[in-house]
Amino acid sequence: MFYGDFCALDGVSLAINVGEFVSIIGPNGAGKSTLINVLTGALRPSAGTVLFKERDISGIGPVRLARLGMARSFQLVQIFPDLTVLETLQAAVVSRLNRGSRLFGSLSRDREVQEGALAIADLFGLAEKAHTPSKHLPQGDKKLLDVASAFALYPEIILLDEPTSGVSTRDKHAIMEILVSASRQLGIKSIIQVEHDMDIVFGYSDRIIALHQGKVLADGTPDEIMADEGVVDTVVGRKALAPGGGA
Amino acid sequence: MRRGPVALGLAAVTILALPLVAPVYHVLLMLPFMAYAVILLGLNLLFGYTGLVSFGHALFMGIGAYTGAVLTTHLGVRSLELILLASAVLGALVAAPVGALCVRYVKIYFGMLTLAFGMLFYTFLLKFYRLTGGDEGIRVLRPSLLGFDLAAVSKTDYLAGAYYYYSVAVLVLAALLMWRIVHSPFGLCLRTVRDNPAKAEALGISIVRSRWYAFVISAVYAAVGGALLGPPIGNVDPTLAYWTHSGNIVFMTLLGGFASFFGPVLGAFVFIFLQDTVMSVVPYWRLIFGAILAFLVIFAPGGLMGLFAGRRPGEVSRA
Ligand SMILES: Nc1ncnc2c1ncn2[C@@H]1O[C@H](COP(=O)(O)OP(=O)(O)O)[C@@H](O)[C@H]1O
Ligand SMILES: [Mg+2]
Repeated sequence: MFYGDFCALDGVSLAINVGEFVSIIGPNGAGKSTLINVLTGALRPSAGTVLFKERDISGIGPVRLARLGMARSFQLVQIFPDLTVLETLQAAVVSRLNRGSRLFGSLSRDREVQEGALAIADLFGLAEKAHTPSKHLPQGDKKLLDVASAFALYPEIILLDEPTSGVSTRDKHAIMEILVSASRQLGIKSIIQVEHDMDIVFGYSDRIIALHQGKVLADGTPDEIMADEGVVDTVVGRKALAPGGGA
Repeated sequence: MRRGPVALGLAAVTILALPLVAPVYHVLLMLPFMAYAVILLGLNLLFGYTGLVSFGHALFMGIGAYTGAVLTTHLGVRSLELILLASAVLGALVAAPVGALCVRYVKIYFGMLTLAFGMLFYTFLLKFYRLTGGDEGIRVLRPSLLGFDLAAVSKTDYLAGAYYYYSVAVLVLAALLMWRIVHSPFGLCLRTVRDNPAKAEALGISIVRSRWYAFVISAVYAAVGGALLGPPIGNVDPTLAYWTHSGNIVFMTLLGGFASFFGPVLGAFVFIFLQDTVMSVVPYWRLIFGAILAFLVIFAPGGLMGLFAGRRPGEVSRA
């Protein structure tokens, strides 16, 4: 994947299996967000293909991808500033039920949309703030809403770019618990997340992919990654694996 | 008690009673107000709810107005129901391809493109003399209403009576329909596209399709309102389709406040009556209006509705 002359991803080849919780790690600029953008069809790779359910999805764009069952959240939090928490989730449910072309139907009397949105709000602990305009939410809740609205699409696979960035370690664990239980309840089969906190990475992942300068440095289970001296030195860091850290 | 419904009820009673109590002059001023109110309900679907500012809606007002003129003068069709229907259909037919192109652009590019199409149509009206009457325009003959001929009624009685209430009915229907649209699942999708297009797409909401729908609907409203503008004047000419006319309706929207459903309607009302007052006092009404516009943008971007809503802290200003 090139940005102009700059090669942001080079020879990356990977297959995500159904049911996996995958964490992508790597220093800033490694190409993690670029990888997410390529995987979600937002960027078309300069060479190579991205297959999802045996279909080439490279560069097909987010709208069709959401229909196919892939959802994402963003590294830089993305919200609808003037919409309330509930309206944001309703929009996602409307999209999932493919009702965006209903011009004359009443939104407030659409039970399925209303209840669907409330259920997600409950699941993510946002019910109390249901009527708060998104722009007035604290930063952590904005991030959570961004993620929650992606979950409201009931995707088969979800890609989360630093879902807990800017959140304290204690809150990170709470959020991860929510994500794991929500994906179980909603039938989301696979999660791919970009995460810097090694505590979280080693605590929740089935598989870890370490990126460095656009290349896959390592790809394996947490145990395999931990055993790999090179990866620990360049990406994970010794400190992260000090007593108390790690899985 | 909520103020919104009370204000709406008062406005309704006033509008209905006006022809019985007010001087004819003011009753007649209400006719363009109601036509513009219809136009602005549509424009605001695009402006307030979708976040796109069109500087080309005079194109669609022109289509409506000229449809009425051509039908009554050249084709012998007098029924206002047919005129409104034909205007709506023609508005949609033109808006479909124009919109498909314009909505692929945003911000100033969208505005410029709509402006360009508006200018094209204006030039067409000027040059195709045989059909459009060039700069002199075409006469609009008095339409029949609901099958009633009304040719025998005096002009004042027609306009300040039957035509007035007909306009009220069209406005009420247009408002009810628009109310449903903005409170529909589609209406919610428009607001997501306005607030954050990238996020909307990530949720599977098509930006282009949502904007295109909004564009076509707003064009239909502009055409219907444009058709209502013709009969009170009795004549349509290319100034109706000139870009300053597009500017005027954007001004009305800003004046009333695009963040609320009825804001633009209030804007139309204040604009019409203010213009009438100012014009009768000083010849430089554009100068005064320019100053008002500058003041609005700088000090009251929420318009008149924003000023009212400002006294109710905590309430979300968007309808
Ligand atoms: N739109 C872009 N244009 C040019 N270079 C970019 C662009 N986006 C990212 N890059 C570069 O590509 C590299 C990888 O970026 P990114 O994928 O955002 O890294 P990460 O998410 O791992 O921090 C960085 O060197 C970054 O500067
Ligand atoms: Mg990144």
